[in-house]
Amino acid sequence: MRQRDRGKPTKEYPRLTHPLVRDEKGGPLRRATWEEALEKATEGFRRIKAEHGPDAFGMFSCARATNEMNYVAQKFTRVIMGTHNVDSCNRTCHAPSVAGLSAAFGSGGGTSSYEEVESTDLIVMWGSNARFAHPIFFQHVLRGIRNGAKMYAVDPRRTSTAEWAESWLGLNVGTDIPLAHAIGREIIHSGLANHTFIERATTGFEEYKAEVEPWTLSAAEKVTGVPADAIRDLAHAYATAERAQLCWTLGITEHHNGTDNVRALINLSLLTGHVGRYGAGLQPLRGQNNVQGGGDMGAIPDRLPGFQNVLDPETRAKFEAAWETTLEPRHGRNLTMMFEAMETGELKAVYCIGENPAQSEADTGQAVERMQKLEHLVVQDIFLTRTAELADVVLPATAAWCETDGTTTNSERRVQRVRKAVNPPGEAREDIDIICDIAARLGHEWKFADSEAVWDELRSVSPQHYGMTYDRLAEHQGIQWPCPSTDKLEPTYMHGRLWETDPAKRGTPAPFGIVKHDPPVDLTDEDYPLRLTTGRRLDSYNTGVQSGSYASPLRRGEYVELCPEDAELYGVEVNEEVQVTSRRGSVVAPVWIDRALRPGLAFMTMHFPDEVDTNQLTIESNCPIAGTAEFKASAIRIEKLPVEAAVRS
Amino acid sequence: MTAVPLDPPRRLVEFELDGEPTRVPDGSTILDACRSAGKDIPTLCQGETLEPKNACRVCVVEVEGARTLAPACSRKAEPGMTVRTDTERARHSRKLVLELLASATDLSTTPRASEWIKEYGAKPDRFGAEAATMNEPPKIDNDLYVRDYDKCILCYKCVDACGEQWQNSFAISMAGRGFDARISTEHDAPLTDSACVYCGNCIEVCPTGALSFKSEFDMREAGTWDEERQTQTTTVCAYCGVGCNLTLHVQDNEIVKVSSPLDNPVTHGNLCIKGRFGYQHVGGGNPAGA
Ligand code: SF4
Ligand code: SF4
Ligand code: FES
Repeated sequence: MRQRDRGKPTKEYPRLTHPLVRDEKGGPLRRATWEEALEKATEGFRRIKAEHGPDAFGMFSCARATNEMNYVAQKFTRVIMGTHNVDSCNRTCHAPSVAGLSAAFGSGGGTSSYEEVESTDLIVMWGSNARFAHPIFFQHVLRGIRNGAKMYAVDPRRTSTAEWAESWLGLNVGTDIPLAHAIGREIIHSGLANHTFIERATTGFEEYKAEVEPWTLSAAEKVTGVPADAIRDLAHAYATAERAQLCWTLGITEHHNGTDNVRALINLSLLTGHVGRYGAGLQPLRGQNNVQGGGDMGAIPDRLPGFQNVLDPETRAKFEAAWETTLEPRHGRNLTMMFEAMETGELKAVYCIGENPAQSEADTGQAVERMQKLEHLVVQDIFLTRTAELADVVLPATAAWCETDGTTTNSERRVQRVRKAVNPPGEAREDIDIICDIAARLGHEWKFADSEAVWDELRSVSPQHYGMTYDRLAEHQGIQWPCPSTDKLEPTYMHGRLWETDPAKRGTPAPFGIVKHDPPVDLTDEDYPLRLTTGRRLDSYNTGVQSGSYASPLRRGEYVELCPEDAELYGVEVNEEVQVTSRRGSVVAPVWIDRALRPGLAFMTMHFPDEVDTNQLTIESNCPIAGTAEFKASAIRIEKLPVEAAVRS
Repeated sequence: MTAVPLDPPRRLVEFELDGEPTRVPDGSTILDACRSAGKDIPTLCQGETLEPKNACRVCVVEVEGARTLAPACSRKAEPGMTVRTDTERARHSRKLVLELLASATDLSTTPRASEWIKEYGAKPDRFGAEAATMNEPPKIDNDLYVRDYDKCILCYKCVDACGEQWQNSFAISMAGRGFDARISTEHDAPLTDSACVYCGNCIEVCPTGALSFKSEFDMREAGTWDEERQTQTTTVCAYCGVGCNLTLHVQDNEIVKVSSPLDNPVTHGNLCIKGRFGYQHVGGGNPAGA
């Protein structure tokens, strides 16, 4: 049994204060001057592009950095390297939300605002423990509840969010589509569908109706484990509410079919007209501070800044003129594809800014092996992360949120000013500065006086950001996009157009998503009888590199959490270390008992990879549309220590 | 149907404030009117983001025709009323409140307290040194924040912020009555054994510094806390997609505490543990782990 120091910071990551280079593959990293490091970084990019073409390069941009940095990073990729291979780790969490929302509405943002949650009648929190993961959003939810809204929680775990719910629907992991379809079917059969809205603003209803038809309440009860009555109750409450908000987080997106899950939820809003009105809408809650902004800025392989389509010739022409370049009429590789291309040797150079894929990718062992195959890896970060340890050149950067100026965009599409409050340590330099320095060495002298100059360039090419000058952003404490005009603000919700009677004003109708149930890839069986799902704790954050450094009294390190029944079944007790094994790897972790879990369901986080590398267990099985990995559903077994080696090879 | 709720235009209320005709939007308090007229009324238990509690009564004013003085922070302006902020009676009452508070509690870290004590000629000493109700050492039971109840004026703001008005964690409440009344966790347990989630939203509202960041507490002990040398810069939290606005209080290039603008549409002045305390990874070394 291991004693843990409650509250002590976990592994310490010191800030990077000077550049590092590696003289030969396999050799050590050593301190270098900026000049030497930048020259080495540049030389590698230049050589790989000359020898293998533009598509041998890939950019990992950063969902935590500013919009301005993401804009410059994607411009570097497209204009200087000549490829659309740019992506960020939103791939590992919320790409399905963007993909699903833009397939339905032509825009990847959540449709309503936090304040609307306070004055709605019904709130559905689906796969979202916002009380822990998004505490201040949850304060708006609590206000809504205090103002009379009913809340329903849909989650395999009876989380602290569920404690505030009218009703908790504890579904089996990976059965969101059957549950959503059963709700849809029940709404249709009870005559509660909003046919005026459906006819006016949607397409594909008949097909949808046929698709959900088999999902009777009892069929859904069998698959989801949720009692038929509870499903009926939610269906009726949602359909009859005057206004309803449907909110989700990673519980929906981190599946091999995450985009389908998102579509299944959007369908419910189309069926009932709970979108495009004040207080009625869809809210995906983003895990990182600028996941929304990174995509908006074009740091994704299929969209140019302002979420404009790479495949549209007119859009390309506009950017080609503005940037004095030519753009390939095709999509680049997303993060998942870039990792695959490392394996095949097609991707040879990576410029990784502020990302830590060596620890954040599902199946980290494979991710590291693949990155080791790269000929040239440049990592720009504030810490010497596991990924930085693999690099040929490491460039010390600034912490975006307090050491640079710029903007980020939150989950309600609000663009807000980020301001420099402290000086960075040692020789660390701002991301944009560093990128521009490398750009200059590659023959492109970009003159951005400051972050505002970058922002103004973005405004000139992105109509939905055009109205947001820095002055206005300060004046209004942030502005939500779309904001096309410099003297007007748009409503807090989007897609009001769907309610227009004039078809011309209404625009493209929203299609129902015809999606099917597809159970988790990693099936449970005799050898791996437990379903492992992952999530967040209140005081920690992703791979723990940032949050590990403060002394949280709540922190108790990594555990594998089981329900009391399973703990008894396996004869294990609190704090006892056990071996946790999936089809991909095993880790040792102490046991914690949580009554919020149900038999057959285990829970871990990925906050403490240096103690317990949970992602050794998770599966690299990706959503084919958005490329998001199925972090939420692995099959595992737990065994008492010592495990007898003879049992299995 | 595109229902955009438009706030109905707010009616204006006309009344007389210190002899001047005054107009304020319907629903405003006398305090709101005073503030927009540039009048300085002391307040302690009033909080921008909290419902009025009328606990301290340091803000009283005289309303013509009323038998008792009215707390400006909660009394709504009514058409035709006549309000005087500076009468002998109101000033005397404020002075008394300040004397009682300052004799029973340590107001050394209450912003503006000494200024008001001087302005109203309050003499807390006349109650003698034994008037202090608590006399107990500060409670330091975690690395994030300190509770020094010798400074507590029982204004109730922290309880409201922790309770149903914002945080809904209900970790602290009023225990005991009368002279024994105090703010406490359940069974007076250490914070680490309470329902506290370390959002620090109680620190944000505490008017006296009874609740404070450990960083501020330690610096005050060491005599290095110096607000004159601090800058305040508002930026955005980097820990999740909610996008809370953080005001970083920086002294000598170190973040020494974090607050949030009370009128911010995302936070209404509230934060979670990560936004409030998770800043220690910036800076050259690793202060928390040192
Ligand atoms: S601790 Fe502060 S906020 Fe709480 S009652 Fe005392 S003075 Fe008021
Ligand atoms: S303060 Fe908490 S809820 Fe707000 S952005 Fe930071 S981590 Fe998210
Ligand atoms: S400030 Fe008005 S009663 Fe305390």
